[in-house]
Amino acid sequence: MTEAASPLWEVFVRPRNGLAHRHVGSLHAHDAKMALQAARDVYTRRGETLSIWVVPSSAIVASDPGEKDMMFEPTASKIYRHPTFYEVPDEVGHM
Amino acid sequence: MQVFSDPRAAWLARLGDATLILGHRLSEWLSRAPTLEEDIAMANLSLDLIGQTRAFYTRACELDDGERDETTLAYRRGEPDYRSPLIVEQPNGNFADTMARHLIFSAYAAPLYETLAGSNDAETAGIAARSAREMAYHLRHAGEWMIRLGDGTAESRDKAQAALDDLWPYVPELFEADGLDRDVAASGFGVDPSTLRENFDSTIDDVLGQATLKKPAERRGQRGGKSGRHSEHLGHILATLQFLQRAYSEARW
Repeated sequence: MTEAASPLWEVFVRPRNGLAHRHVGSLHAHDAKMALQAARDVYTRRGETLSIWVVPSSAIVASDPGEKDMMFEPTASKIYRHPTFYEVPDEVGHM
Repeated sequence: MQVFSDPRAAWLARLGDATLILGHRLSEWLSRAPTLEEDIAMANLSLDLIGQTRAFYTRACELDDGERDETTLAYRRGEPDYRSPLIVEQPNGNFADTMARHLIFSAYAAPLYETLAGSNDAETAGIAARSAREMAYHLRHAGEWMIRLGDGTAESRDKAQAALDDLWPYVPELFEADGLDRDVAASGFGVDPSTLRENFDSTIDDVLGQATLKKPAERRGQRGGKSGRHSEHLGHILATLQFLQRAYSEARW
């Protein structure tokens, strides 16, 4: 009922041990402030969170699943794009 | 039930009574909140309050004779033994009623805990400091909702104003100091609630200003809970709350 009237927001959370915000899910809220509060309550209940971002879902531009083949398939056959053809000298160690 | 031998214990147990009953009230919303997000939010608020209850009760029992524990205090007492203010046992009503009740309680409890964080008992001070952080969030949550309900549609505004008007008679009791309040405050252990009223009013005025709601006129008000004289609501709450412990007295987690 209320869902119909309130916009959808995407939630990104930055955990204490992570460098970047990660998408964790979505929620409904009437405005940005309430979305932030709801995100705190719904997505940070057990974690040690340093920061939350909420973004209106409508602001996200997404690729079309129907264009999946055109967009992503060509890269599957281009193994030379993976950096696996270089000899790494032992002295470099772990990369 | 025997009374507390230590006034500090009696006073802490009274704080625990308030958070236990309000926490139980909020738990009644579970699976019934207007949205999933708010359902989880109210569960969080409820659990914060139950957690505070456990800490207050446990410290009270330690300061007292040590014969009782948190379970005894929560589940094995009769209505007059609970010394919670009348506002916390008021029914949930509609969502505006619950948020108005929570705004009033958290605007009272937040400065109470902040002040109690300076208690001369380190354990109590620690509990209060942690609880103050929780209440600051409760205050924000209830405040933001009251602002949106008050400054929302005509219907939400009417309901928010009606909720405030209905609950305001229970406000004075929160700030009336009795002998116990004065004793524990004088000893440096507790807080005299009458010193919190100014802080409460400025918080409420700020929220109601943004919400374009009217602060109700202060009438003489209802009181009694703090001395064990409750409305009919508390008995029903205890019937639900205590059923399991009463029916299966040896029940353990």
